[in-house]
Amino acid sequence: MKTGKVIMGQTRNRHKRLDWIQRLFLLLVLCLTTLLGVILCSSPETAPGLADAVAHLQGRSGVESPVTAVLLNFRGYDTLLEVMVLLLAVIGAWSLTKAPLPDQITDISPVQLGVVRLLVPVMCLVAAYLVWQGSHLAGGAFQGGAIIGAAGVLLLVSELPWLRDIPPLPLRIGLVLGPLVFVGTALFCLLWTGNLLGYPEGAGGWLILLIEAACALSIGLTLALLFAGGRPENELVKADKQTDFPCNRESL
Amino acid sequence: MIFFTTETPAWIVAPVVLPLIAGLFCFLFSHRTFSIALIAALLNFLAVCFLTRQLILFGPMHCHMGGWQPPLGITLRTDGPAVLMLLMTAVTGLGITLYARGYFSHRMVTPVRSDRHRQQQRYFWPLWMLLLAGLNGLFLSNDIFNLYVTLEIVGISAASLAALSGKPASLLASFRYLLVSLLGSLTYLLGVVFLYRSCGVLDLDLVQNLAGDGVEVRAALALLSVGLMLKTALVPLHFWLPPAHANALAPISVILSALVVKGSFYLLFRFWFEVFASIVTSSALNFMGTLGAIAILWGAIQAIRQHRLKLMVAYSTISQLGYLFIAFPLARVAGNAQLWSIVIFMALAHAFAKSAMFMAAGSVYLHLGHDRIKDISGVRSSLPITVFAYGIAGVSLMGLPPSGAFIAKWMLLSSSLASAQWWWALVVMSGSLLAMIYVFRVMSRFFVIPAGLPPDTTEPLSPLMEWPSLVLALISLFLGLLAPWPLLILAEGSTSLAQVFPGGMP
Amino acid sequence: MITTLLYSLTGMVLFGMGLFTLIVHSHPLRKILAVNVMATGVFLILVATAYIPFGKGAIDPVPHAMVLTGIVVSVSVTALALILACRLQETSNLDLRAKTKQSSNTKESGT
Repeated sequence: MKTGKVIMGQTRNRHKRLDWIQRLFLLLVLCLTTLLGVILCSSPETAPGLADAVAHLQGRSGVESPVTAVLLNFRGYDTLLEVMVLLLAVIGAWSLTKAPLPDQITDISPVQLGVVRLLVPVMCLVAAYLVWQGSHLAGGAFQGGAIIGAAGVLLLVSELPWLRDIPPLPLRIGLVLGPLVFVGTALFCLLWTGNLLGYPEGAGGWLILLIEAACALSIGLTLALLFAGGRPENELVKADKQTDFPCNRESL
Repeated sequence: MIFFTTETPAWIVAPVVLPLIAGLFCFLFSHRTFSIALIAALLNFLAVCFLTRQLILFGPMHCHMGGWQPPLGITLRTDGPAVLMLLMTAVTGLGITLYARGYFSHRMVTPVRSDRHRQQQRYFWPLWMLLLAGLNGLFLSNDIFNLYVTLEIVGISAASLAALSGKPASLLASFRYLLVSLLGSLTYLLGVVFLYRSCGVLDLDLVQNLAGDGVEVRAALALLSVGLMLKTALVPLHFWLPPAHANALAPISVILSALVVKGSFYLLFRFWFEVFASIVTSSALNFMGTLGAIAILWGAIQAIRQHRLKLMVAYSTISQLGYLFIAFPLARVAGNAQLWSIVIFMALAHAFAKSAMFMAAGSVYLHLGHDRIKDISGVRSSLPITVFAYGIAGVSLMGLPPSGAFIAKWMLLSSSLASAQWWWALVVMSGSLLAMIYVFRVMSRFFVIPAGLPPDTTEPLSPLMEWPSLVLALISLFLGLLAPWPLLILAEGSTSLAQVFPGGMP
Repeated sequence: MITTLLYSLTGMVLFGMGLFTLIVHSHPLRKILAVNVMATGVFLILVATAYIPFGKGAIDPVPHAMVLTGIVVSVSVTALALILACRLQETSNLDLRAKTKQSSNTKESGT
């Protein structure tokens, strides 16, 4: 929300004419794009890809949807790292600034409140359904997480103080839950079958559902917090007990 | 438990998973984050040592994630170069962890803005741990799309770290850094798409076998290379590096300059001399060599012209990265094994020396409150260890005899003279000369006793801020004497590699 | 076949447009949007690659998984870049304000 306000500020250089360096660059980009486009056209038939391999091994993956099978089983390691990327974005955002949350609750119009009251539970239901459906149709953790995130954004836009009411530790647990469950499952599989993320025979479906449920929750929370634009007010630790270092000075 | 013998390839995941878990816990808990990070860095070091031993005993390892074989699954692998890069990261990482502890402790006891410093420290540890995991994953991964994800992890955490100081200059530098790294990874991703269109696989070994010399594969290699060159800050694309590295907090400058740029360079090198070795032309090699030569001279001249110590060290990074690229055109004469050893030695020596030098610069900054080169006189008497570390690191950057850089430069010189390409030798030597100028320019200021006011109204730094830099500098100095061991590891990886995958199959 | 090619070419054009805007325009928001347009272009080519023309029926799920991963990465980076841009604008404004305040103070003390 802060984003919008700040960025609407100044862009008045719209009708500025391009100088010669920019024209040169335009020419360069045009040539480059044309070249790459010609290369794309010159070899229109693509290699067979991995569709056959996926179809062949689909039965052993524990899920019916090929995309979910690729995401969470065949190439689950990619997804594990990708979940970390989302968490990194939150940590980076929190390190930068505080979230500009409203100081006190402004009075919300009853219509808006009613809509929010109706929509948020429905959205949570839809998210849960999407996660469940991910095992056999299009859907999964990211889609479900996006819906949960949208619910969180709706609550933020309505200026309801939900973010302030969550104590810092549970909030962080919520953010870390998905990645932690993912890594935990991966390590469990490592101990059980000798392969990181090599699900035991027959347990694949359930483990994938477990990972997806945890990740959907964390992804939703992550997206909402990214929208909030910083760390919540009460996040930072007060006085740590870390001043036991043998140098107690006052200057500098 | 029967799965885990010393021969099991599954140990490969340890350098990725350990820092990953540590990063999660560092974010989750607000106390004892340093202990978590230190334990993780130690365990990571032990795991890498174990992998090295495994490599020497049993040769390169391939570990299929989830047990799925290559065309579909992701493979992690160890070979000589990868293990050496892991060792470099682990040793430097240990030093950085200790140095950062000293740095933040020092900053937090000062009453001015102590909550800001506490906040910086709060988020430093998880970001650093995740960055470490991403780097280790980058060195180990054998899957071209998985490499994209690891590149993104490294890029995002590095940009967040660069912004951590919160000053406008560092925010601006970090914003630019984030965009550049995003542009680099998007170009890389476009290259991956082109490759997938023409080969239909993502595993690097399979790509090596399937990629012919079609125009689409060439375009893919060009895109991958441009993306990675952008992230490595090779000279025409280097504009983002000095402000980002110089304006970050001291331990973060070390991370960015010593480790992060090496990740994308390592990848670029692997693409050119292993995966796509059969389609690389000698004019392309000469082009890269020319860029490297320009980087060496331009970076060094800029370093000489700087007025601030940290900026000087950052420009020196650009100059030193040039040495990695100037080795490219010598591939045809020197042979791949020699080329690998030149580049790996250069990278190792630079990582240790540059981390020592940035640590020293950071200590000087913290000690004096500024890093203007003309006003740093007299530091020698108050920070003797740091100044000593700076001097040794400088010796290593110049490439004087016992250092690892000397070995690399010697091999560079001899192979360029042997192939009658004397101009590369000329550039290497003048680069060393210029390095001597910028190192000694600062060194001489350290030793000047300022006239008039006595200098030591400032306080002593904690030993954690001085010793890691000295130890790393000494490692870089004696790397040349230890040369047989890295060469042994390297040979272990590459010979068996050459047996398993003869390059250029149809 | 033609459809696939059309998608790929559109993706390529988007990539070029994004690249041009990213380099030429200086405003942070434009840069961020440009990067997003570039990313969309790449994803479009990737999705077009996944299409399998005749008979097989199914699509290639691997590029789809790659696009999903790419989108998540792009969302995270965009969010981070936006917050960074805001912070940047805030601090530079603050600086500016502090400077003007300071200069007016010195003026007053001078007179």
